Amino acid sequence: MQETTIDKSFKTEPYQINMGPQHPATHGVLRLVLTIDGEIIKKVEPDLGYIHRSIEKMCERDSYQQIVHLTDRMDYLSSHINNEAVCLTVENALELEIPERVKYVRTIIGELTRIASHCLWWGVMGMDVGALTTYFYGFRDREMINDIFEETCGARLTMNYNVPGGLMFDIHPNFVKRTKDFIAHFKTKLPEYDRLLTENVIFQKRTKGVGILSKEDAISFGATGPVGRASGFSCDVRKHHPYSALDKVTFNEALKTEGDTFARYQVRIQEMWESLSIVEQLIDNIPEGDFRVATKAVIKLPKGEFYQKVETARGELGVYIISTGTKNPYRLKFRSPGFSNLSLLNHISVGGKIGDLVATMATLDLVIPDIDR
Amino acid sequence: MSYFSDIYKGVKTLLTGMSVTGKYFLNSRKGAITQQYPDNRDTLKMFDRFRGEVIMPHDENNEHRCTGCQKCEIACPNGTIEIIWDRGIDETTGKKKKKIDQFVYHLGMCTMCGLCIDVCPTDAIEWGQNFENSVYDRAQLTRVLNKPESKLQPGVED
Amino acid sequence: MNISLSITKNIHDWLLSIMPESAANIVEMVLIGLLYLAIFAILGLFLVLLERRIAAWFQLRIGPNRVGFHGLLQTMADALKLLSKELTGTTKADKFLYNLAPYFVIVSSLMALAVIPFTKEFHAFDINIGIFFLIAISSVGVIGILLGGWASNNKFALIGAMRSGVQTISYELSVALSLLTMIIITGSLQLSEIIEVQKSGWLIVQGHIPAIIAFMVFMISGTAESNRAPFDMVEAESELGAGFHTEYSGMKFAYFFLAEFINMFIIAAIAATVFFGGWLSPFGITESIPWLGVFWFLGKTFILVFLMMWFRWTFPRLRVDQLLTLEWKYLLPINLVNIIIMALIVWLNLTIQF
Repeated sequence: MQETTIDKSFKTEPYQINMGPQHPATHGVLRLVLTIDGEIIKKVEPDLGYIHRSIEKMCERDSYQQIVHLTDRMDYLSSHINNEAVCLTVENALELEIPERVKYVRTIIGELTRIASHCLWWGVMGMDVGALTTYFYGFRDREMINDIFEETCGARLTMNYNVPGGLMFDIHPNFVKRTKDFIAHFKTKLPEYDRLLTENVIFQKRTKGVGILSKEDAISFGATGPVGRASGFSCDVRKHHPYSALDKVTFNEALKTEGDTFARYQVRIQEMWESLSIVEQLIDNIPEGDFRVATKAVIKLPKGEFYQKVETARGELGVYIISTGTKNPYRLKFRSPGFSNLSLLNHISVGGKIGDLVATMATLDLVIPDIDR
Repeated sequence: MSYFSDIYKGVKTLLTGMSVTGKYFLNSRKGAITQQYPDNRDTLKMFDRFRGEVIMPHDENNEHRCTGCQKCEIACPNGTIEIIWDRGIDETTGKKKKKIDQFVYHLGMCTMCGLCIDVCPTDAIEWGQNFENSVYDRAQLTRVLNKPESKLQPGVED
Repeated sequence: MNISLSITKNIHDWLLSIMPESAANIVEMVLIGLLYLAIFAILGLFLVLLERRIAAWFQLRIGPNRVGFHGLLQTMADALKLLSKELTGTTKADKFLYNLAPYFVIVSSLMALAVIPFTKEFHAFDINIGIFFLIAISSVGVIGILLGGWASNNKFALIGAMRSGVQTISYELSVALSLLTMIIITGSLQLSEIIEVQKSGWLIVQGHIPAIIAFMVFMISGTAESNRAPFDMVEAESELGAGFHTEYSGMKFAYFFLAEFINMFIIAAIAATVFFGGWLSPFGITESIPWLGVFWFLGKTFILVFLMMWFRWTFPRLRVDQLLTLEWKYLLPINLVNIIIMALIVWLNLTIQF
């Protein structure tokens, strides 16, 4: 009897494709190694480091005033909030009393930053699912915020408006008027966002039930920001640990329980409304006073460890400083929201289609320099 | 029956979306949000706080306000500013005094953080509005901000 | 060969006077071929420009306005740029098929263009199976896309090509069935005959409700057939980079690109011919001036082209499985029911005729 021989010349291999580092949907230089079976994704391996600039190490070299401008270059879409995080850490360590005016202005600009970031995200989200026009509508509204920033801070993206002890200079006389104009303008445009994209049947089909993240997974992966909140994980730092003037305003934490891509989308749209209401509550009541308290030219933090967390547009940003009492930090660590949010990409996109992966990644709202630092 | 109501709702949302873009299409004559950049140079005015580049203003007597204290050089995170200074004899008092020879500004390294201008005690440097900084040779990005033969404005150090 | 526009008649007579009949016929064919190539190129370039301008107006931009008067020469400049570009390719590509693929795509759309009646006399190839020929020839293009995607030895291109295969094969059914619905009224596949029938009312009026449904189905599936957004699975920029033509450059890429726009024009032209009376003027207001037919035909076609562009710049892209769901669970059943309704209406003489 002859033994049946198996023809070993025919073998199948997993089909791997490189999504990135240059790919329209990865928004920067993120490389994803996808293992796919036809259209269905079997595995996603993010490969990082293409834009690593060792910001944390550079911080150990710099003085505390100089650190602030490096944080602009991490999550460049919420640069003001990053700056605020470092400044708050230093101010808390020095036990400085910050004027109320500074707190108000910081919060207002921080919330405007959040709206600007979400506007850009909305445009890019539309583009990732194929609606190319949203991009320009999102940028139109973001442009108004950028003009406000440019007039007051001098820069549109990397603002570096905060210094330890307050603000670099006072707000521009036009600031209040321009901000009010923007609020009035944006209140008419946000419903348009809904009509154009949110309600669209194709968009809903593309996003509902896709990339589901449960609350337990959100907590165990450390997902924060809109990603965590869409899964029902109440993690808004602004609500639980208010900083600056956030304890003086009332706002709702945008929470959803579905945990899918559409929920993450809705949380961000909701956040824009909430941020608008925060700005509205504060803009008329900016108290008079100093915009800065004097600090020593060479800031030396007391010996010890300091931690401060803030809510950026992407989630919880933590700044951890170990000081040995010198003018430079001994060690500085940023807990960036993008890194944790990226870590769950494989978990939620396996089993979906390539189109699902793109939509999911769009709602994670990754900023690659924030992940690589 | 949900089959047909799904179709109806779906078509309705699609038409709503089309009405949004259609409205913008009809109003497109009102103007675009984009700018025709090189053409609008004459009318393009940057905000007065705009951070384009660091400049050192000189008055009509070719005098600047920089005392050469080097605080900006220390404050700069990137080593953008280099002050080459010398000790010269002051004409009025006859004492030896620090004065700048060259205020070197490496625009190629500048991140426009504004710490130098923030820290300057005599307001000798400030932000310029020029943002068209591209050059063909990197060496041209290294600039000497104080004009040749310029002097310190009297009274700045008091 | 139906070439009896007065100018072509003169050329025909002149050619017959200087050469034997068979040679004259060949020369005429070459001339017509060159004419259609010219139409193809000009139409393609114009449509690209139109798309860019319309997209700009939807998106609060200005669009190309630098080259020539109001940017009219922009696409010409782009074409020249593409002509001068190096033809790159992957080393392990199947060279023969890789080079063949663009011609498949472009030839199929050129052939489809031949049967489209621009006006009564301006109609290169009026065969009695016109619609059938159009449906058949428009599905040849997908072979080019499949070949291009497969032969360029790129994984993204392969995925794009396979999506294209799935998509085109599915949506052909709807295109054919929705046209079949209208053929029940006309009783002829010949395009000139179809237009003749519409002299007593455009088919979308004659067939009222089922015709409107058929028109909507045709526009949806036609958009899908020409691989345009929201059905641009094949390219799906944010998913696959450039899809099946990732590895093509220069003029070969331009062939794909032009063919896509010509396909869009063909779909719109079929819709204009079958549903909106082709070159017939509304209520016969310009019947006495035959050459105005071209104007009416192009006007109707470009309105439909604009509609397709409006779709593209508004809607998000469908996912590949939803694309098939839409076809097999929605369009196809609706279409089949629609055919029956139409047949009943024609049988019971419920069509509206003037």
